[in-house]
Amino acid sequence: MEEATTLVTPQMEASKGVWHSFETSFPITATDIRRWAIATYWGQMPPRLFWDEEYARTTRWGGIVAPEDFNPFAWQLPRELTEEELRLQGAIPGQETKKGDNILNGGQVDRFGARMRPGDVISSRSRLTHWEEREGRNGLTLYTYNETEWTNQRGEWVKSRVMTLIHY
Amino acid sequence: MSIFFEDIAVGDQIPAFTRKTTMMEWSRFAAVNEEFVYVHMDDEAGQAAGQPGAFGMGNLRWAYMLNALRDWAGDESEIRELAMQFRAINQKNDILSTRAVVVEKSVADDGAALIHLQIDVENQDGKGTSPGRAIVAVPSRA
Repeated sequence: MEEATTLVTPQMEASKGVWHSFETSFPITATDIRRWAIATYWGQMPPRLFWDEEYARTTRWGGIVAPEDFNPFAWQLPRELTEEELRLQGAIPGQETKKGDNILNGGQVDRFGARMRPGDVISSRSRLTHWEEREGRNGLTLYTYNETEWTNQRGEWVKSRVMTLIHY
Repeated sequence: MSIFFEDIAVGDQIPAFTRKTTMMEWSRFAAVNEEFVYVHMDDEAGQAAGQPGAFGMGNLRWAYMLNALRDWAGDESEIRELAMQFRAINQKNDILSTRAVVVEKSVADDGAALIHLQIDVENQDGKGTSPGRAIVAVPSRA
């Protein structure tokens, strides 16, 4: 079998720097926030800021806010996934993966702005900013850097993330 | 209850947030974050990706670090930045502990009192899995 010389696709070249994946979340609910906090603090009571409105009103935030890592885009309505989205699912049981189709989250850098609150509707957009390829322990490896930006319904900046995906 | 800028010194280490990560912790997180990715749920898929079995989510380690920062800094503080590299894979039943050390104090242009931390999430062997940095704005008495 011929060895791949690059994992960079024409689609990547064409999409570099172009904002895409414009999404709008469902309104965040207090239940969404409480469940998130319970899951990540499992084994102990989560902070009252995430579930006790009376307490949260006494803080500088004036009410319940979401954890910084809360994802309002989880559990959007189900839909047909594109071929690219299916590919990004990575290894699938019983299915041999092609070179480059194994994908790991290599890390991320987040900057946080306005806190997310119950009732907020978050808008998101993403773009592929750049990439690099090098030989790693799994052979040719591609690192892609994707930027995502979130704003709320008041136009306030909520979060920016630059995520590294490792393809091998 | 909150910390104050003046009470924090370079070299301070913040209390760890520690969890043993079993399929229970992963499943709870997958259920809120819709992170039902085969390599995190299915041993066969994890093996196909070159691991001993299903492995943990980087995002859950990320959450543990945020939990540690919040528990330390208190509700009046504000996490402004978090950066983490997922350098090693978190295997099933690993005991993960956050590690964060104050490396710098500064005042931002907007007057915010900032604490800069060097961070990592270590496993039960003391091996770092997720090196990075954090910036937290904390209350000041000034």
